[in-house]
Amino acid sequence: MSDLGYDAAHMLGAVVLLMSFALLYQRRLFSLLNVFTMQALALTATAAWQAYSHGEPHLYITALLTLVLKAILIPVALHRIVVKMKIHRTIEPALGIGLTMVAGVSLVTLSILLVLPVTADATALTRENLALSLSVVLLGLLMMISRRNAVSQVVGFMSIENGLILAAVGVAGMPLVVEMSVAFSVMVAFIIFGIFLFHIRERFDTLDMQKIESFRGESD
Amino acid sequence: MSAVAVIVATPLIGAAVLALVPGHRLGARLNIGFSTVTLLASLVLFGLEPSSGALFVVDAFNIYLIALTAFVGLTTSVFSASYIAHEIAVGKLDERKLRFYHAMYQAFMFTMLLALSANNLGVMWVAVEGATLTTVLMVSLYRTAASIEAAWKYFILCGVGIALALFGTILMYMAAQPVMGPGMAAMTWTELMDHVAKISPAILNLAFVFLLIGYGTKVGLAPLHAWLPDAHAEGPTPISAVLSGLLLNVALYAVLRFKMLLAANGQAIAPGPLMIAMGLASLLLAGLMLYRRRDVKRFFAYSSIEHMGIITFAFGMGGPLANFAGLLHMAMHSLTKSAIFYAVGHAVQVTGTQRMDRISGLTVSHPALGWGLLAGVVAIAGLPPFGVFMSEFLLVTSTFAREPLLALPLVVGILVAFGALVLRVQQLCFGAPGGVEGGGASVEPVPVQGTLVPLYAHLALVLVAGVWLPGPLVAWFQTVAALLG
Repeated sequence: MSDLGYDAAHMLGAVVLLMSFALLYQRRLFSLLNVFTMQALALTATAAWQAYSHGEPHLYITALLTLVLKAILIPVALHRIVVKMKIHRTIEPALGIGLTMVAGVSLVTLSILLVLPVTADATALTRENLALSLSVVLLGLLMMISRRNAVSQVVGFMSIENGLILAAVGVAGMPLVVEMSVAFSVMVAFIIFGIFLFHIRERFDTLDMQKIESFRGESD
Repeated sequence: MSAVAVIVATPLIGAAVLALVPGHRLGARLNIGFSTVTLLASLVLFGLEPSSGALFVVDAFNIYLIALTAFVGLTTSVFSASYIAHEIAVGKLDERKLRFYHAMYQAFMFTMLLALSANNLGVMWVAVEGATLTTVLMVSLYRTAASIEAAWKYFILCGVGIALALFGTILMYMAAQPVMGPGMAAMTWTELMDHVAKISPAILNLAFVFLLIGYGTKVGLAPLHAWLPDAHAEGPTPISAVLSGLLLNVALYAVLRFKMLLAANGQAIAPGPLMIAMGLASLLLAGLMLYRRRDVKRFFAYSSIEHMGIITFAFGMGGPLANFAGLLHMAMHSLTKSAIFYAVGHAVQVTGTQRMDRISGLTVSHPALGWGLLAGVVAIAGLPPFGVFMSEFLLVTSTFAREPLLALPLVVGILVAFGALVLRVQQLCFGAPGGVEGGGASVEPVPVQGTLVPLYAHLALVLVAGVWLPGPLVAWFQTVAALLG
């Protein structure tokens, strides 16, 4: 692959990771959704670029799906849910920016330390792409753990999915990428549908033991 | 059309038909009908040679799980028919929900059978993901706050698990692609098994860790088991039966397929210690948790975690004997646990409560049901003459012979769980019968027209397996045990 192709793919992957970091410290739901939209756009560009540079036309479908679903439909739907449930003013008790960044950077370090030694004989692009996508997955998990609101958990979940698609488009000739991303999107759609239908505002995990016991129907 | 295509297509057609059929009686009958066709088709498989194509693979390993799944699917559909008739009578469910329920039941069977028979990593992943979706919808069927919470928790936790499994699948392809070239071959089980020796073990190791954690979430292995008790307790009881009896097996099957790849590779890390650790953790944790449970369905859900722990431990130990014990225990647990859920389902209906301290004296008030439940619990506790005793005995003795230090926590875990089961079953089955709850003065309690055929059919099979395993079955479990490495 030409230097330009390599650089562009690398840069786009890095933008997706950068957006993951930005997601971590957004405390207002609207800004969270905006950052997520930008991550989806970066992912769209990555998939389209891989489709072009590797000559794999089916990745254009992945790019198109990402664009339509994750950059347009889902953010719009979540935006409406946030307005409807009147939680747009909520400021989430996320961890401090400093602490979150330290945790995020250590996760990225971890994934680089994990991936680079085991992929010694793969191409440079594959290796770095894998390290980037594992970082995005881990940051998404961090976000799901540190957030309480159902909407931001879903955003965390979808950023994990973005990491997976980043990994899948980076591996040469991976079959079924489109099918698997469709299956995943169906799942996300159901989750969003669930929030919308049942007005799930918060995840139910709580540190209040009394509350947990009553949820389990085991209060006495 | 091959038999395996019929097995997979029947429930899919069933789902489409049942989505259109009004009336829960007709729906329940059709549900049984489609399940019967699936079971018959899966029995045909035994007469055919093992085969593999681009889409499906049938070998010694999955054929028995396919037959088991189809069988428990059928018996559960029979139980479900009598269960939902009562739920309709007491007004807990309505026709519209039941149409949805029946369609989802067949869709769930479809995803499980597809996951078991798929010859492709990606297709299997999509199928397991579909199984998650359909069960989430069924767990939340009652639409109570608790059931929606349970479904949500299940969804989020298993969603993350499924995501990690996909990452593992991508890694697996990445490991295979340099050797086998780009394209579908590097995602096909049979092709992978042929070429796995040449695949770089480093990425394979990394992939397996993700797959174990990802699919392990669905197996209900500690510490990723949090979704399981809620999902079992809040959904309709037939769903608890198929979740425990079948879905956990399917997820474990996925892990074991990857373990086979690692074993065939030779240079990759031994997956054993990881699986032993997770298995023991689940066994001990669930064993201790059993003592504090007050909800009867939740109680048996923890018992499922315990048994999945034992099975995972067995496959982690590896070797012909432990693998044999693991395979046998998978079948025995699935039959026994679904039988227990059939009994519990009717017990909850006749007493009107899931609280264990309010259910008592079942052997006096409902002898057939009470003794059936007692036999089921005796079987699951691992007492002779039932099949679970055989598999646990085999596992414990083979572990003592090879790793006495590991046998110690295993035995402790089994005994701890045994104590809890004995403690609870006394209260459930003996003593003075409790009254019926939820009836009140104004509402007449609706008599329960339960069927006990599925319950006793399962118990009979488990009993026969405990007393006498047919020779061909033993030979064939041994072949699979050798395959698993």
